[in-house]
Amino acid sequence: MDSRFPPDLRAGVRDTLPLLLGIVPFALVAGVAGVEAGLTPLQTAGLSVVVFAGASQLAAIELLGQDAALGVVVLTVVVVNLRMLMYSASIAPYFRDLSARVRAGCAYLLTDQAYALALARYASDRDREGTTRRPYYYLGVALTLWVVWQVGTVVGVVFGAAVPDGWRLGFAVPLVFLALLVPAVSDAPSLAAALVAAAVAVAGAGLPFNAGLIVGAVGGVATGIAVDEAGLGAAGEGDDDGIGGDGVDGNDGVDSDDTDADGGGDHDGQSDRAGGR
Amino acid sequence: MATSYGPLSVWAVIVAGGLATFAIRLSFIHLFGRVDEVPGWLERALVYVPAAVLAALVVPDFTPAGATIGALVSPEIVGGAAAVAAAWQTEDVLWTVAAGMAGLHLARFLL
Repeated sequence: MDSRFPPDLRAGVRDTLPLLLGIVPFALVAGVAGVEAGLTPLQTAGLSVVVFAGASQLAAIELLGQDAALGVVVLTVVVVNLRMLMYSASIAPYFRDLSARVRAGCAYLLTDQAYALALARYASDRDREGTTRRPYYYLGVALTLWVVWQVGTVVGVVFGAAVPDGWRLGFAVPLVFLALLVPAVSDAPSLAAALVAAAVAVAGAGLPFNAGLIVGAVGGVATGIAVDEAGLGAAGEGDDDGIGGDGVDGNDGVDSDDTDADGGGDHDGQSDRAGGR
Repeated sequence: MATSYGPLSVWAVIVAGGLATFAIRLSFIHLFGRVDEVPGWLERALVYVPAAVLAALVVPDFTPAGATIGALVSPEIVGGAAAVAAAWQTEDVLWTVAAGMAGLHLARFLL
């Protein structure tokens, strides 16, 4: 890359490249699915620009396609993205000295992968006496992901519109959810959370306002906490060093984040609870 | 499964969802110094959000329409099972989607 860019920015871009293998198909699906669900190309691209969070975009597309209540669609987007509260809290100290405007830009670009890579880098600065200039490394990662996400969405829109219905590309949406769900079920409490949420959602499938989805999700989270409290999950004690483990495992672009924002060390990075992006 | 919502409704969802998501992202980055940490109870709940929400979203899509053999081994369920197996093995979106689509179309062809 052009050496006029700050080295930390280039390092961020370089570290992001291996993740793109996971991001590109995800972005394509976001584009294809929007068109399949009856959104216009502009709306589908707008979703990627305005929301810029893959799992929640697919959830919104799926629910709009089912003509779910609009409030339920927005609520689902919020719930799917709530995990980013933890990223925001965890990375905030590193952005403390930036201007409000730059911080707002960094916040807009915050994703699972940008968080995981940047936190690992900033945290390792302490060990190797490094001085990564903030926010360049973060921006290198986050902007690369943003550009690839937008281009991928547009390619997906064009591709999705050109492909015959017989290919059933819309089926990729639940498949992506499965790709995110399986790694998210990493221990007994999360398995219990998923099972209860699924059972309630199936039982309540015909209810108005997608009550099955909402009640199922809430019941699932409550079950996960209850099972954890009962000690079945043997969850590790979180240390409070503020470093989210290794955070990045590099072999899967989408769920490589460590959502256990200040815990660290109680799981291995392979079985991270996924959030999707 | 095309939506019957008009453009205004769809854009309202996009803008509302986008603003809410931005507020979530900005929250602690903006407030740092005043609020430094996610409250413990919320953090414990957030750990289980992905598993619960994703399961509630996706499992109804794969629920058999009936208890007959034909309903139980629909192409969708075959594709979903292939995707779960691939996700388990690879934890990779690309392989998961590829396996699921292959399973779906293979089952449509064979069943």
